[in-house]
Amino acid sequence: MSKMRYSRRSLLKTGVAAAAASAFPAPMIWAQEIKDITLRQFGTGVSNLNEVGQKVKEDLGFTLEMTALDSDSVTQRAATQPDSFDIADIEYWICKKVWPTGNLQAMDTSKIKNYDKIVGIFRSGKLTPESVIAQGTAPHTVGFTSGPGGKDFVAEESGWMTLIPTIYNADTLGIRPDLIGRPIESWTELLNPEFKGKASILDISSIGIMDMAMVCEAMGEIKYADKGNMTKEEIDKTIGIFTEAKKAGQFRAFWKSFDESVNLMASGEVVIQSMWSPAVTAVKSRGIPCVFQALKEGYRSWGGGLGLSKSLTGIELDAAYEYINWYLSGWVGGFLMRQGYYSAVPDTSKEFMTADEWGYWFEGKPAAGDITSPFGDKLAGAGDTRDGGNFYERMGRVACWNSVMDENQYMVRKWNEFIAA
Amino acid sequence: MSFLKSETARAWALASPLVLVLLAFLVLPIIWILVLSFWRATEFAMVPDFSFENYAYLFGSTVTWQVFLSTFRYALITWVLTLLIGFTVAYYLAFHIRSSTVQMALFLLCTVPFLTSNIIRMISWIPFLGRNGLANQALLSMGVIDQPLEWLLYSDFSVILAFVHLNTLFMITPIFNTMMRIDRSLIEAARDQGAGGWQILTNVIIPLSKPGIMIGTIFVLALVMGDFVTVRFMSGSQRSNVGRLISNDVGLLQYPSAAATSIVLLCTVLILIGLLMRFVNIRKEL
Repeated sequence: MSKMRYSRRSLLKTGVAAAAASAFPAPMIWAQEIKDITLRQFGTGVSNLNEVGQKVKEDLGFTLEMTALDSDSVTQRAATQPDSFDIADIEYWICKKVWPTGNLQAMDTSKIKNYDKIVGIFRSGKLTPESVIAQGTAPHTVGFTSGPGGKDFVAEESGWMTLIPTIYNADTLGIRPDLIGRPIESWTELLNPEFKGKASILDISSIGIMDMAMVCEAMGEIKYADKGNMTKEEIDKTIGIFTEAKKAGQFRAFWKSFDESVNLMASGEVVIQSMWSPAVTAVKSRGIPCVFQALKEGYRSWGGGLGLSKSLTGIELDAAYEYINWYLSGWVGGFLMRQGYYSAVPDTSKEFMTADEWGYWFEGKPAAGDITSPFGDKLAGAGDTRDGGNFYERMGRVACWNSVMDENQYMVRKWNEFIAA
Repeated sequence: MSFLKSETARAWALASPLVLVLLAFLVLPIIWILVLSFWRATEFAMVPDFSFENYAYLFGSTVTWQVFLSTFRYALITWVLTLLIGFTVAYYLAFHIRSSTVQMALFLLCTVPFLTSNIIRMISWIPFLGRNGLANQALLSMGVIDQPLEWLLYSDFSVILAFVHLNTLFMITPIFNTMMRIDRSLIEAARDQGAGGWQILTNVIIPLSKPGIMIGTIFVLALVMGDFVTVRFMSGSQRSNVGRLISNDVGLLQYPSAAATSIVLLCTVLILIGLLMRFVNIRKEL
């Protein structure tokens, strides 16, 4: 309770990051007022974790209310109900859809303390200077706008960000090695008749179509100019191939939420499917073997970030910036990385991870001892290495980013037909 | 003043609260849906328009026809099964149980499962029917089968199983209600005239239970044809009905297209119920 006597400035100094304070020339805000602030955040389940809310209360003093929804609902809400949230925790492809509505406000990068440490993927687009930028909605292409009030996207680092990157990962297929019993190396295996009635794909059109494209391209059926921006013919052909497979009984089920994918895999209903890293983690933590299989064609990647509602002003806006700075200062990054995601500022997260955890998750080294999730479940034992290797091997082999296409509406209708077929 | 005191005015005054409530919460929303169905949608916005595009797309797609067909199929099969089970249960309760206390106790017993959410009741089938679920394990260990049955879950079977499980009570209740009103002396009279059990059933009980059967039918049809959640979960998104078509559209922000589908579904169900009403005049027989 002694915190109540401190100004915001000293709160920050004693709290998370002293240097951040100099970045805020805003008038002093009394801790009591900060305490009364409630920021409403919503987003997909991946990073909307209660632990984050609790830690915010502890470290920053204000209340963060979190709502977890599926990607479609998140897009819908961000696009149509700007007053229902303060902070939108969304993916970059959602940002491409939502930003032009003007429901979010641009963020001044000079107020972001760790801006310079954010990985290249979110700034220049290049992980390393030699990197080739993958197809799809690469985060940096929708990461910057021309200035406050801008509804456009600009290519260069303009100093005004649409989303502050927080989390990203490289996705691939999840498999049950114990039930498959042979090596899996290519995306084509998803449609292999060997797994008839035991495969699954996710029913979120914008992501599912990418997994489909990875499969069709690997099969040599279609050569895409840009998987992230298909033509109508490419969409027809892709969905045609999968509709045929569906009718032939290839799929056991489609999943829409994280939990569904975990249950399908853990119960053995499905042995190969589109999956997300923490879902694999969740299956493993039940003691069931599950591998997030690295495939020769590369990964389908995604990134998420925090966007501010246009209706945020004054002290709430200051609190939101404070929250974002706190987010990038390491604790959350460490928390997310210990579940298999990557943090936008890995350097700060390192301080919140043990050397062994850092070695296992980021550097792809064999674990020295047990690796546990932040929730205490054992995920790997001594000698195990992360599926796919280190950060650069994984994020360096991205074939495509989650995206939204010019022909999105057409694709959505076709997708709806695929689900209904 | 004489007008205000007249019967007509009183009738109007008495009816008006209901009329207003129905106007505000039923008629207006439906009109709004109708209007919306002629709009166009961009990726995240709706554009006011008067376009038949949504309807043209709907009727032009073979998928729509297939989906409507499978919706009717689910409704028909569910109707037959719930009617058979519902009628049998109601008959047993109404005519075989003599004590009215036991009767009410058994009837309440039927409603007990309905105290939990219907989603929970539905989802609890999934681990039971799964490839490694209880049903398959039991059958395997009894030696009835040597391979797990795949069609138990994520199939038409599991969808219909859940529909029947969820909706049978809506058949039992109205049929039980009408059966309880049947004058027992009619049955005695039939017996005195030498009618056998089967004749009593077909000539006395079934005709007199018709209003209950009809009300139950309307409930079941409306619930099954409007459902989307049962089909989604029990088929693992592998099957679809019109409700799912609408919910997919809503999820993808295609409200106008969803509105058009809803209007078509609404008309279909209304026509169906209109036809049923021709067979039985519920109001007269209640």
